[in-house]
Amino acid sequence: MCLDQIKTGEEVIIKEIPDSMAKTQFIRFGIGEGSSVICHTKIPFGPVVLRKNRQEIAIGRELAKTITVERSTHVRGKNA
Amino acid sequence: MSEEKTPEKELGAVKTTHGGHSHTGSLAISLPEGCKRIVLAGNPNVGKSVFFNYFSGLYVDVSNYPGTTIEISQARYGDDAIVDTPGIYGVSSFNDEEIVARDIILSADMVVNVVDAVHIERDLFLTLQLIDMGLPMVVALNFMDEVEEQDLEIDVDLLSDLLGVPVIPTAAVKKRGLAEVTAALDDAREGNQDPFLHKKLHEMLSRVGSQPEALMVLEGDEHVAARHGIKPGADREVIYVRRRERVNDIVGHVVKEKALVETVRQKMGRLVLNPLTGVPFLALVLYGLYQLVAVFIAQIVVGVTEEALMQGYWEPFIRGIVEPIVSESTPLGEILIGEFGVLTMTATYLLGLLLPLVLGFYLALALMEDSGYLPRLATLVDRALNAIGLNGRAVVPLILGFGCVTMATITTRLLGTEREKTIATAILQWAIPCSAQLGVITVLLAAIGGFYILLYIGIVFLTLAIIGTVLSRVLPGKSAPLLIDLPPLRLPRPDNVARKAVTRTYYFMKEAIPWFAIGALVVSVMKITHALTAWQDAWAPLTTGWLKLPKEASTAFVMGLVRRDFGAAGLFEMNLAPMETLVALVTITLFVPCIASLMILFKERGWKQAIPIWLGSWVLAFGIGGILAQLLL
Repeated sequence: MCLDQIKTGEEVIIKEIPDSMAKTQFIRFGIGEGSSVICHTKIPFGPVVLRKNRQEIAIGRELAKTITVERSTHVRGKNA
Repeated sequence: MSEEKTPEKELGAVKTTHGGHSHTGSLAISLPEGCKRIVLAGNPNVGKSVFFNYFSGLYVDVSNYPGTTIEISQARYGDDAIVDTPGIYGVSSFNDEEIVARDIILSADMVVNVVDAVHIERDLFLTLQLIDMGLPMVVALNFMDEVEEQDLEIDVDLLSDLLGVPVIPTAAVKKRGLAEVTAALDDAREGNQDPFLHKKLHEMLSRVGSQPEALMVLEGDEHVAARHGIKPGADREVIYVRRRERVNDIVGHVVKEKALVETVRQKMGRLVLNPLTGVPFLALVLYGLYQLVAVFIAQIVVGVTEEALMQGYWEPFIRGIVEPIVSESTPLGEILIGEFGVLTMTATYLLGLLLPLVLGFYLALALMEDSGYLPRLATLVDRALNAIGLNGRAVVPLILGFGCVTMATITTRLLGTEREKTIATAILQWAIPCSAQLGVITVLLAAIGGFYILLYIGIVFLTLAIIGTVLSRVLPGKSAPLLIDLPPLRLPRPDNVARKAVTRTYYFMKEAIPWFAIGALVVSVMKITHALTAWQDAWAPLTTGWLKLPKEASTAFVMGLVRRDFGAAGLFEMNLAPMETLVALVTITLFVPCIASLMILFKERGWKQAIPIWLGSWVLAFGIGGILAQLLL
């Protein structure tokens, strides 16, 4: 599954960020491959906004399409 | 009134210390022997400026870093110097801000790293990178008040042990912990470096001679590697991943999350982002902007400054002094106090009209920046900007363009690809009126009413959209995707907002005044030598036939060549009918940029792009203006 397919409030694990520059920037923001993130907002046809703890990141739709994610297996409290 | 005082004081400080130092870069303050350079570093929006102001006191040197629009503030601190840096997420050279910050950090003797405690997971990446550079440092753990409010708990002592450097909890805005940070400077020391890097760093150190530079080379920084004539390392990703793991490990030990409850501000942040609520909010922001700049400043304030003060007192006063010595009917008199006089019209226009408008615009911009709204706006409009080949980040140069197109053209550097830079530059040079021009346009439009304002906005906006779409189709390549951090919404601090707005206005005016005076001089000389009438006659077929305007309107175009706003100002005295005003304003908006902006255009984009862009604006202005005239007049 790719990042553009997740729904608002859903929690996923980042599997692969193929673009090296994007990956570098993700790491600085605090998100690496294997990190668990929550979909904060999805702008229709536009960027996906992810949240990890208190950190919010906006990712353009085209970039989101290239990032592979996996649904979290463990279910957390639904406070997103 | 007390708020009014601060900017003047700041401006004074900038003036007195700025002379002779401008554009000399980060080393403007001459440092005596044994003096240390203390560098403030941190992520964007962590409150660094509050620390800087606390350290620096009154005498601050603000200068543009060479070749950039990035302002660097520095000041004396006792026997040492304190230098501020642009906010960055890590040290490298991905964009202008990072390059400037990197070079200042590489020259540091000591670093004060300001960390946002609420976003500690993100911020410690930079902290560990600075530690790996082997720089003596102190960490100021800021926003501790918010940590308490958000039910977080941070073990500061443990953090200090794990990092190996002093960590001082602060709440800078509330003035808590600032004195403790200055006291801790004596204890600044090198932190615990990554043992994994140790061997490689040492090898590289023997080749480049400094540990910070050695780390940069290992992390693949091409600029720094080139300086030493060696190949950049290929291990950036490995080093970054390891550093991220170390950060997460430290955070896991020192942060206790009690409950992740969404605060009011986070809710607000969500609301301005979600299109359903965000678009109405944006409309509200734009309406507020319109009320502030177009109604309050362009009508009420300018009514006082331009009409009452400058035309009511200044012009009769200066005429009274000059007239007995040089008559207005002589050529020199014409130049000094005539219709386009340097002492009359130029002074009135610059101080009475332009100054309040530009200041108002920069105040609004600073409010948007400091509140954390801008990145959310970028996210909201990302999709729309994708349609014209840009991403959301381009709102920054585009909005800045409404301040000063010249400055905005330089800021297009922050865009990811050449393709985006070209598109954004073309749009800026063609279709975005700068604050000076916008000011005059607003005054003229306000006089003819709401319907024409909407029509004007509609026409210019449509032109912009068409240009962008066509360029995006025609130009090869792909634009970079959006990837930005959304800082929390914060109530902007009035003193910061005022300082920013005043500094920018000062630089803008400093740049505008000479060009404007030259423009006025040229027009006066043309008037004396009757070249103005000849020019008007030469253009008559185009102005009267095609644009259906009185032939005097072509004066506006000769002035518009020098400064955009000056062109629009030429329309002031002409008593045009509303539709004529609209046609004239659309034409002058799309017309060629000012001389300063043209020079930057050539410098940034090269002549191969600059010439088509410049000539294109002639075609665009007279093409669209003419079509409108044929349809409407």
